[in-house]
Amino acid sequence: MPHKLFRFNGGVKPATHKTDSVRAPIGRAPMPERLVVPLHQNIGGKPQPCVALGDRVLKGQVIGTADHWVSAAVHAPTSGTVRAIEPQLATHPSGLPTLSVVIEADGKDEWIERRPVDYASMAPESVRELLRDAGLVGLGGAVFPSHAKLSASKKTPMEELVINGAECEPFITCDDMLMRERGEEIVRGAGIFRDLLEPKRVLIGIEDNKPEAIAAMREAVAAAGESFEVIAVPTRYPAGGAKQLISVLTGKEVPSSKRSTDMGVQCFNVATASSAYRALTFGEPLISRIVTLAGNVEQPRNWEVPLGMTIRDFIALGTPRADTNRYLMGGPMMGFELPGLDAPLIKASNCIIAASPKLFPPPPPEMPCIRCGSCARACPHELQPFELYWFSRAANFGKAQEYHLFDCIECGCCAFVCPSHIPLVQYFRYAKGEIWGRERDKKAAESARARFEFRNERDEREKAEKAERLARAAAAKAADNPLASATAAPTAASPAATPAPAAAVTAAAAAAPTSPAVPGEAPAATGEASEAERARKAMIAAAVERARAQREAAAAARPHDAATSPEQ
Amino acid sequence: MSRYLSTSPYQLGNASVRRVMLLVLAGLLPGIAAYVWVFSPIILVQIAIASAFSLLGEALMLKVRGKPLSLFLGDGSALVTAWLIALALPPLAPWWLVAVAALFAIVIAKQLYGGLGQNPFNPAMIAFAACIVSFPALMSMWPSVTLKLSFIDQVQVVFGLMPHVDAMNGATPLDSLKTSLKLNEGGVNVPSLLATQEVFGYFAGRGWEWVTAGYLLGGLWLWWRDIIRWQAPLAFLAGLVAISGAFWLWQPAQYASPLFHLFSGGSLLCAFFIVTDPVSGATTPRGQLIFGFSAGILAYLIRVFGGYPDGVAFAVLLLNICAPLIDRYTQPRIFGLKGTR
Repeated sequence: MPHKLFRFNGGVKPATHKTDSVRAPIGRAPMPERLVVPLHQNIGGKPQPCVALGDRVLKGQVIGTADHWVSAAVHAPTSGTVRAIEPQLATHPSGLPTLSVVIEADGKDEWIERRPVDYASMAPESVRELLRDAGLVGLGGAVFPSHAKLSASKKTPMEELVINGAECEPFITCDDMLMRERGEEIVRGAGIFRDLLEPKRVLIGIEDNKPEAIAAMREAVAAAGESFEVIAVPTRYPAGGAKQLISVLTGKEVPSSKRSTDMGVQCFNVATASSAYRALTFGEPLISRIVTLAGNVEQPRNWEVPLGMTIRDFIALGTPRADTNRYLMGGPMMGFELPGLDAPLIKASNCIIAASPKLFPPPPPEMPCIRCGSCARACPHELQPFELYWFSRAANFGKAQEYHLFDCIECGCCAFVCPSHIPLVQYFRYAKGEIWGRERDKKAAESARARFEFRNERDEREKAEKAERLARAAAAKAADNPLASATAAPTAASPAATPAPAAAVTAAAAAAPTSPAVPGEAPAATGEASEAERARKAMIAAAVERARAQREAAAAARPHDAATSPEQ
Repeated sequence: MSRYLSTSPYQLGNASVRRVMLLVLAGLLPGIAAYVWVFSPIILVQIAIASAFSLLGEALMLKVRGKPLSLFLGDGSALVTAWLIALALPPLAPWWLVAVAALFAIVIAKQLYGGLGQNPFNPAMIAFAACIVSFPALMSMWPSVTLKLSFIDQVQVVFGLMPHVDAMNGATPLDSLKTSLKLNEGGVNVPSLLATQEVFGYFAGRGWEWVTAGYLLGGLWLWWRDIIRWQAPLAFLAGLVAISGAFWLWQPAQYASPLFHLFSGGSLLCAFFIVTDPVSGATTPRGQLIFGFSAGILAYLIRVFGGYPDGVAFAVLLLNICAPLIDRYTQPRIFGLKGTR
């Protein structure tokens, strides 16, 4: 029975450029001498380093532990020595550094003791923890920690588990080759996810431009004796977006405000499934992945590479042509330009494209928007990109949010079809960044205000306490001094009962000039209108008083002076 | 590594403003061909005059505004405006009127608002409205259908080398229907007028019905090429048919049939080439339905009960004002939020 397919709005059909890199089987990349393993390779928490400089690490040894539930451990891709734990160029368009562990390989490729488990006999919670500690994240490119997606919603029963083999971006073929060569691993991995989520059906969606992969997966499903459905979906970018594939296969539209499990559906990439299988069945954490090397290279091919291999080492495997001017990671629709060749391959690296001006010509000059609405018809999330563009351009971010800016998945369909060649996605990224920045600023301002208020309050409190002490000291002094006692005693008695700082300061100021030791202070203290000034004067007076008292105490060695000088 | 702004997507489609505009021009060709065949090649001269002055106005304004000439002059948008003006004005209108219309459209209605993509009103319709308000007599000088004037003579008329005598003029089918009905209050009826007056053809104005059929053909082609959407044209025609049909059913003797109104005046040109203007029209699918339908109704009301020979220009301009409001209230539900409010 053919599976009923649904349609998502818009989408585009860019030239696929997929045929070149699927001619050769997946190659195993040679182990480089030096590996740079960034610790933060997942969405969510930042794993903390748990090795020290100079440590010998084994292949598969944890070098960064997950710090949160939504986080994933990082492992040594081979055996060797930790040469540095320092910020290194991140595989990110910003080109900023990120804390990384630099490992010098010893060439032995010696595994840590691997512990295969029988997950069926384990509590689901332990399986999820195991996957987190194996560093499993979504390998389709989003790198969301997979274990955090493996809990069904308490309210909604799980209906479908979608395994994503659509691979809709041009040039990328790593999932295609994985499905062709390692279908069994994917099916077994999907079985693990199925056992944890207990959905009614498991649907494996593959774009219909990959007949070999579809056949291989059907065979693998049959061989494993599973009832998973392998479904060919129409080739239309971005059919491989999780929400789009879910919508094509199940008709369910997951809004940005909800988790897919709330709608009884969950989605994993095929490579994630195969890695989950390897993690549990062989005890192998996620230390390698398949990366497509394509574009302007002599030998386009898919390679299984150790994570941490630098782009420089990797591209050498395909011999880039002379006119290559830059390298992209990911596909040409959503990928980004690598900031340098020293950046390493990470869990998110599905494809490296050698780009040349011929392959990706610089975009034609940007023209004004003519509101033709092509972008709206191409938008898989049914947004109005041209409206978002106007709002973003005018820095009218409130309106942009009202028109659902944050539902944009940055798939690039709008910019692909725009007759005015407006880099729409860039405008949306800018607007999102500005809004995030403002939110951050607002939060920072709020906490700064809270800190300021707290400090003011503390200052006031301390001032009050001090004034009170001084007043008490002055009163005690006055009591000792028969000349001043008549005037000082009644005023000095009141601040002890009045906690308000102003009253206490006034009292102290009033008490101070009564002291015969500082007659010069009297006119100044009464003449000053400023309360602060008076408080300051009172403090000086009190200090002078205190000093005199100390001298007297030293001279007369009377014991009660120590008790009235709490500052000592 | 690269010098220019590097941002995904790196792979782009082949769409361009120039391509869109050139396809729209191509969509006008069947109508123009019919125009030449039914009436005279003089329309080609008028198109040339309008194009030349549109490009001139565009170039001057771009220069004044400090915009790159080659980029914007080549985008084809001025030519679309020019061709629409030439087709909307009487074919024997003096050259300077066409020039004034073209310059007014480009300089005032387009460039002064900020150029391509910024004009709130359809420039061609603004030009038409400005001319019909300023030069009502010249704008109603449509050649009499019985006029037998050589092409050379027509060119001389256009360039003022031969006087424009009253004998050359007739009224447009819409106009003559309106005036006949007015002059013979209650005495005549529409069917007999259509059958007897030589200005009328098989189902609309004689000859002009084929020109407008050409616009229909070109418009359908544009829709098939995905340059225009079906919503605005269909809604415009539906609005026109709905209101003309209602009046026709009520008093068939006093009001012409929907078919007559569809193929008369600027109905079909407007449906496929004016209300589909993305810049000044509504952009959402539902908005385009509202925009088109309202324009159809208004065009009929102005055409039948107003003082002007045709109503499409004013109808479109009035709706242009409403377009942002229509868009505001017809935003579609986005992915994942269907059936919610």
